[in-house]
Amino acid sequence: MPGQDDAREASPPIVDIRHLTLTYQTADKPVYALSDINLTIHKGDFISLIGPSGCGKTTLMRVIADLEQPTSGDVTVNGMTPEAARLQRAYGYVFQAPALYPWRSVERNVTLPLEIMGLPKEERLARARRQLELVGLAGFEKKFPWQLSGGMQQRVSIARALGFEPQLLLMDEPFGALDEITRDHLNLQLTRLWLQTRKTCIFVTHSIAEAVFLSTRIIVMSPRPGRILDIIDCSDLPRERSIDIRESPEFQRIAHRVREGLMQGHSYDD
Amino acid sequence: MKTSPWPLILLAVPVFPIAADQGQALYLWQVPIAALCFLVSLAALAGQGMIRAREWRIPVQLIGVAAGYALPLLLLGQGYQLSSAAGLWLHVAAATLLLWVALGLVAELPRPQNMLGPALFGLALLMLWEVLTRGFEVPRVLLPPPSGILGAFFSHGAELWYDFHQTVVRSVLRGYVIGCAAGFAVAILADRIPFLARGLLPLGNLASAVPVIGIAPIMVMWFGFDWQSKAAVIVVMTFFPMMINTLAGLKSAEKMQLDLMRSYAAGYWRTLFLLRLPTALPFLFNGLKINSTLALIGAIVAEFFGTPVVGMGFRISTEVARMNLDVVWATIAVAAVTGSAFYGLIALAERHATAWHPSFRKR
Amino acid sequence: MTDRLMHHALPVAVMALAIVLIWYLGALWLNGPQVTDALNRSGQDWGMREFVTQAFTMRRPVLPTPDQVAVELYTSMTSHPVGHIRNLLYHTGVTAGAALLGAAMGVVLGILLAVGIVHLRTLESSLLPWLIASQTIPILAIAPMIVVILGNIGFSGLLPKAFISMYLCFFPITIGLIKGLRSADPLSQDLMRTYSATGSQTFWYLRLPSALPYLFTSLKIGVAASVVGTIVAELPTGGQAGLGARLLTGSYYGQTVQIWAALVMSAVLSLTLVALVGAAERLVTRAHGGRR
Repeated sequence: MPGQDDAREASPPIVDIRHLTLTYQTADKPVYALSDINLTIHKGDFISLIGPSGCGKTTLMRVIADLEQPTSGDVTVNGMTPEAARLQRAYGYVFQAPALYPWRSVERNVTLPLEIMGLPKEERLARARRQLELVGLAGFEKKFPWQLSGGMQQRVSIARALGFEPQLLLMDEPFGALDEITRDHLNLQLTRLWLQTRKTCIFVTHSIAEAVFLSTRIIVMSPRPGRILDIIDCSDLPRERSIDIRESPEFQRIAHRVREGLMQGHSYDD
Repeated sequence: MKTSPWPLILLAVPVFPIAADQGQALYLWQVPIAALCFLVSLAALAGQGMIRAREWRIPVQLIGVAAGYALPLLLLGQGYQLSSAAGLWLHVAAATLLLWVALGLVAELPRPQNMLGPALFGLALLMLWEVLTRGFEVPRVLLPPPSGILGAFFSHGAELWYDFHQTVVRSVLRGYVIGCAAGFAVAILADRIPFLARGLLPLGNLASAVPVIGIAPIMVMWFGFDWQSKAAVIVVMTFFPMMINTLAGLKSAEKMQLDLMRSYAAGYWRTLFLLRLPTALPFLFNGLKINSTLALIGAIVAEFFGTPVVGMGFRISTEVARMNLDVVWATIAVAAVTGSAFYGLIALAERHATAWHPSFRKR
Repeated sequence: MTDRLMHHALPVAVMALAIVLIWYLGALWLNGPQVTDALNRSGQDWGMREFVTQAFTMRRPVLPTPDQVAVELYTSMTSHPVGHIRNLLYHTGVTAGAALLGAAMGVVLGILLAVGIVHLRTLESSLLPWLIASQTIPILAIAPMIVVILGNIGFSGLLPKAFISMYLCFFPITIGLIKGLRSADPLSQDLMRTYSATGSQTFWYLRLPSALPYLFTSLKIGVAASVVGTIVAELPTGGQAGLGARLLTGSYYGQTVQIWAALVMSAVLSLTLVALVGAAERLVTRAHGGRR
């Protein structure tokens, strides 16, 4: 579909990464966490970063979020440096764990970033209600985190990240700690959410099925040094997806290619 | 790298008197030694700003600090009065601010060298204490200078040693060993008999919130003035912390590991020695460390209620009454060093015994 | 419910009963020699009955019985008006006032030090090791000297005692709060960073709330320590007022029952203060979502 590609190229990229390298200095030897990463992410993309432990997928995301400093290379977010983008609150970040504040109710957890940004109270509450509705948690506003299941807590944290309406949503294995049934359910909700809001998403995962199900593009990474092995386009799959899509030959083909990539990058001698 | 502008108050020193001689204010240029020290500090202040390498800045700054702290002592040695010498105190203040900058740099050094920070801080505190008490002629009954306290070590060395022997060797060690051993033994017993544990634990928690030290006069009445009464106070004070910590430690073994021992058909005692006591070690050492401080406090306070005419608590209360604060401070210094050494020894033993524990792992 | 009661209350009740029993037996044993002496000197025939009644009702027993202590507690609180120097409640009030003032000062100092150490690297690296080392020093030993020094400068009465209890109280609070302020989990701190929150926002929204449980735990320790500090500080003031003074005069004049009464009272005072902190903790925890 050349037409679509052209349209994408015309709008400026949301994230642009060129020759990114990140090296940690440890006691005995340097660790190459990321090595010569090049990646362009456009508006409306849903990008999955997949790879074995230590391949640098979380680190790459943390660089985009200005939580880690690269050793060399250029990163722009919305055409700015990551730091400037962070100061403008350009992205919402969802961590592996819900990281909800146990002393705040669900509602007040969602309004937390809005409070920090100094929004008026009515606006904060209205937005919290809207976002909680979006993640299917209307009616749970006054509950405290410990009264919710793990899946619900993670949905609260997604609502919290959506609350200040960022264009970019960064998700670091948000469903990694959940059981598979809950995970399927949330994946479905997430695709709907993405179609509704048209956010650009970057999503770190261990699961091939999850990556293929959610993404428009899949970035396969490999460790030592952390690098990109393969970039797989999923535009053969329809944008609107249901769980059944996993049975389709396109899905199987893409999943197979991801698996091939992962096996190629993984040396099993360790 | 930012440099703090505050040490620059040094530049104002020449404006104010640096010392006084029989009520006559003297300025920097009238006292050669003061001029020399000022120039050294000034040179250090200017020099450290020009040096780029951080590790070379620190010694230069410290030379400037040393000149600032040495000057009042030198002036006092020559018989000048300092209490109204604004310039001198400004110089000392500038030296202290420069030290603060140096400490900031030391804190960023790698692991072994940054231990210099607390050492310098402690040394500076002692110097300031000396300089301020002598410079402002603080009466000795209020606060003697460190040099006076050091003098008391020489003039009262024998007494201090006997006090140490009476309080630490005779009372503290015996009471500590008995109290900790009893707490440990009762905890093992209570662990076998859960009914006992459920009865004793609330009692132990109660004891931790209650001023147990108050039993000191009763123990003195029961066991007499000598070490037995102090040891008894210590036994009561150390018993419950040891018991509570041991019980908590024995409970800390993981269910899975206990099941593993069970699958090996290991009996109670085997499980105790092979799994539960090793797992409990951090807790045991925690109890031992808490008790090391409590034991010393117990002995000294119990001595306030009556002793044979020797002992650290006795020394403190009688010399305070006689206004011999030098000796009091010397005794406190002995107590402080003893307490720290006692604690340090146990911490060292802990390090050897529980080297496997996560809290000692390097990151 | 009854199961719980049996599980927890029964052992405690049995233990309390055992203590009372041992106490009475101990009184027999410790007071025995004196009682035997007195009865022999009286020249009359005496049996077990006389021995026991005598041992339990001595005027200056080596070990007073619990009922003697209870009676002494009651009379010392009711035989004189509350403000009178011979009323135990008056002494308790004196000690409680100094301990509370000291605890308040200690809390302020402890919080200031903790916040300073958490935010200033230089302070942390140079001051903190000394603070920790100072914990191994028998600080109480300095108490009488501080009373005398402050007395020389012209402070007497409440303030020197409060000063010592502050000295004992601030330390656990500083250490607990440093731990608490650092206890916020790294994810939450990253979260604050992604919001580009300022330092003070991070402090008020994240660090302080996550430090609260630690603060309350160390407050309990600190309050108990401040009572100990006040009582020890009252020892060298020469027996004017306060529970420590009651202990000292009791031991001077061999008034064992008075010592025991003062001892029980100091325990009650300390437990009351700790319980108050506990109640405040429950209130705050409830406002913060109940269970943690």
